[in-house]
Amino acid sequence: MEETISFQLNGKKAEVVIEPNQILLGVLRDQFGLTGTKYGCGIGFCGSCTILVDNEAVRSCNMAISEVAGKNVVTIEGLSQGGKLHPVQQAFVDNDALQCGFCTPGMIMNATGLLLKNPDPTTQQIIEGMENNLCRCGAHIRIVDAVHVAADNMKGGKK
Amino acid sequence: MKKDVKTTKSGSTSEPSGMKRRSFVKLMGGGIFIFFNSWNVMELFAQTAPAQDKSLPKDYNAFLLIAEDGTVSCFTGKIEMGQGIITSLAQMMADELNVPFENVKMVMGDTDLCPWDGGTWGSLSTRSFGPNMRAAAAEARGVLLNLASEKLGVPVARLEVRDGIITDTKNIKNSVTYAQLTKGKRIEKYLDVKPPVEDYTHFTCVGKSYKRVDAVAKVTGEAKFTGDLRLPGMVYARILRPPSHGAKLTSVDYSQAEKIDGVTVIRDGDLVAVLHENRNKADAAIVKIVAEYSFSEMPVNDKTIFDWILKAESTAREVNLVGNLETGQKLSTQTFASEFHDPYLAHAPIETHTALAQLAGDKMTVWASTQLPFPLKDTLVSELGFPPEKVRVIVPLVGGGFGGKSAYRQAMEAAKLAKITGKPVMVAWTREEEFFYDNFHSAGVVKINSGIDNSGMIKFWDYNVYYSGTRGAETIYDVPNIRTTGYSRKKDTPAVHPFATGPWRAPNNNTNTFARESQIDIMAAAAGIDPLEFRLKNLKDEKMIACLKAVADKFGYMSVNTTGNIGKGIAVGTDAGTWVAMIAEVKVDKTTGKVEVLRISCAQDMGLCVNPEGATIQMEGCITMGLGYTLTEELLFEGGDIRNRNFDTYEIPRFSWLPKIETVILDRKDQAPQGGGEPAIITVGAAVANAVYNATGARLFRMPFTPARVLDALKDTK
Repeated sequence: MEETISFQLNGKKAEVVIEPNQILLGVLRDQFGLTGTKYGCGIGFCGSCTILVDNEAVRSCNMAISEVAGKNVVTIEGLSQGGKLHPVQQAFVDNDALQCGFCTPGMIMNATGLLLKNPDPTTQQIIEGMENNLCRCGAHIRIVDAVHVAADNMKGGKK
Repeated sequence: MKKDVKTTKSGSTSEPSGMKRRSFVKLMGGGIFIFFNSWNVMELFAQTAPAQDKSLPKDYNAFLLIAEDGTVSCFTGKIEMGQGIITSLAQMMADELNVPFENVKMVMGDTDLCPWDGGTWGSLSTRSFGPNMRAAAAEARGVLLNLASEKLGVPVARLEVRDGIITDTKNIKNSVTYAQLTKGKRIEKYLDVKPPVEDYTHFTCVGKSYKRVDAVAKVTGEAKFTGDLRLPGMVYARILRPPSHGAKLTSVDYSQAEKIDGVTVIRDGDLVAVLHENRNKADAAIVKIVAEYSFSEMPVNDKTIFDWILKAESTAREVNLVGNLETGQKLSTQTFASEFHDPYLAHAPIETHTALAQLAGDKMTVWASTQLPFPLKDTLVSELGFPPEKVRVIVPLVGGGFGGKSAYRQAMEAAKLAKITGKPVMVAWTREEEFFYDNFHSAGVVKINSGIDNSGMIKFWDYNVYYSGTRGAETIYDVPNIRTTGYSRKKDTPAVHPFATGPWRAPNNNTNTFARESQIDIMAAAAGIDPLEFRLKNLKDEKMIACLKAVADKFGYMSVNTTGNIGKGIAVGTDAGTWVAMIAEVKVDKTTGKVEVLRISCAQDMGLCVNPEGATIQMEGCITMGLGYTLTEELLFEGGDIRNRNFDTYEIPRFSWLPKIETVILDRKDQAPQGGGEPAIITVGAAVANAVYNATGARLFRMPFTPARVLDALKDTK
């Protein structure tokens, strides 16, 4: 049975009439055209589909659309504000923290969620926080650097 | 290699592969066009055409266009999959044409617009495509200088070019821009001579580090991979898959799938697919299909595969013979016989194989994540019966390839379904499909017999590689008596692999370098000589000696004393024209068998380094990815049944594995640039294995080095 599900999506009110058990990732990509969020494994294991729900990084590939009813959802498309890259995005660019770029949106959303929880992480905390996001190209070292730089910049450190 | 192709300036009479020159020029508008003819395309790209040369260009193909606004478009059949050529090729172009880097636009992987290309593999883009692209740029520069000379009324010799502006050196106010010169013009030039060997020393962009040009699109979600494309009326297809390789469909009931609103079921022989405009609905429909199969599987699994390989009827091919092995044996005081095993590996790019096919009118266009746009086009032509000019393949950004995307089954599936239904069809494999249909890195066995004399000099080297291929099998050491033999499937005998195999980042070289460098280490230990000294003693290759010394220096080899469970290990090798030396530092937990890689230093000679930052990133990527085949990656199977079908059972490197990585590039500005996307991965396995030996005395002969295998090897040391 279809239901009307409402939530905040990238700062705007969103509404969709849909079976409530539909997988969120597919709904974001097909119904809302937000293709920045990627499918990687379908079992919540690789992190390519990571988004923020109420400021918490979650996996959208094994989550039902009904689970975000009334909540605040942010995807990679909603991260930059007024044409300016979010500090995490900027740090990924500046640190060459990507190669093929397919895991990148998930990495950035996960890192953003991590920094919202812990604005001043140690290297070990970054590694633990990013551990369940997979990258096949081997950009890991630069991703850790980028998260450090983003943390500094978000604290109002070096601009 | 074809050399008998006739050259004509008016193009050929036979049908063109891509777009006709005239239509191309019309489409692009004004400017200066540089084309090349089909004369020696093979030589140009140092690649052999697949099968029957079908997609070789019969008309002129564009290399380069300087548009009326002064921007430069470079057309290449190469594709971008993370290796960074979208940036490094643009750098080379900017240099040759003296235009700002930002003014160069790469048009990649489009069979209608780009010149024929054999595919993106073998780390060939920079070393092979690059020089030819630059020759086209030099041609264009010549045209521009002549135009400027006319316009400014001074001889070419007096002109200087900088940032797309041509200036009279005697009167700097007398200048003209590329845009002013190309405005309203349509000049076509043809590249008819083989480009001369270039002087690499005058470059301004090349040799500097540039950030990825695609980075901003990739961090905002704007970057379009194949699966992100949308067409009006597009449907997703999910295809019924057999439970194992070799299984045959005997019956199928899709009545329950058809009950889902909006689902279309297609059956065409063994192809059974459900189509829906919504991916979630297609996913829900496919699991409703009930199918039965008959099975005929090979009696082999991941444990028995190595015996199976050695017992197979094989063809032996001697690839190298120097001196006489018997002579070498007589001169040896110690001899060594070892056998090394390497399993099947998955490529596991994070983007699964994806394709979108659209039949519009009588033209089939396929967007696909593939490393081989032109060979895919050939296959579409031959298998689906379209004429060549009615097929176009476009490759958007590719989310990782590593050799795995040299197979394009998904694109054939999408095209077939688009042809049947008339709708645009998206096929995006699930992770399980990706593991099942991967063209795996081949399992293989290496057997080495070798010997040294009293002074620790290698006297003979008998190297035999079974089913892993001979890339990297050559002996880089100075040995007087060598035989290198590759064993592969004998013609007209049953298949040896239960499923498809294919190139995997630095194909086969990981296996060969693991075996060779382990054997070297075994001999060094028996001779009682330090592994670094032993290698230097037995090497004459100056590049390798330089790399080895550079990495030893970077690592601090002489000053790092390994004690307790910490060890250091060396490995060297060559791949894609590049020399690599590596040292790993590891910690071994003798109770659990767990190996932790603490640090890896790597030195590389890749000739002229076009983009040092990009090359360093590739080295880091190679080293990080290499930890996977070294420590955990291994395909588990029983006959044709693939047991690991997702990342929960096929473990790839993670953040917590990260060693400290130190890289050195021995930049050789006087030498042609070489491959950079693969070389540094080849030495990881052996460097780690040798470090484990250094730490514990345990010798590893089978990759990956799982805790269980390390514990087994430790038992042998007691």
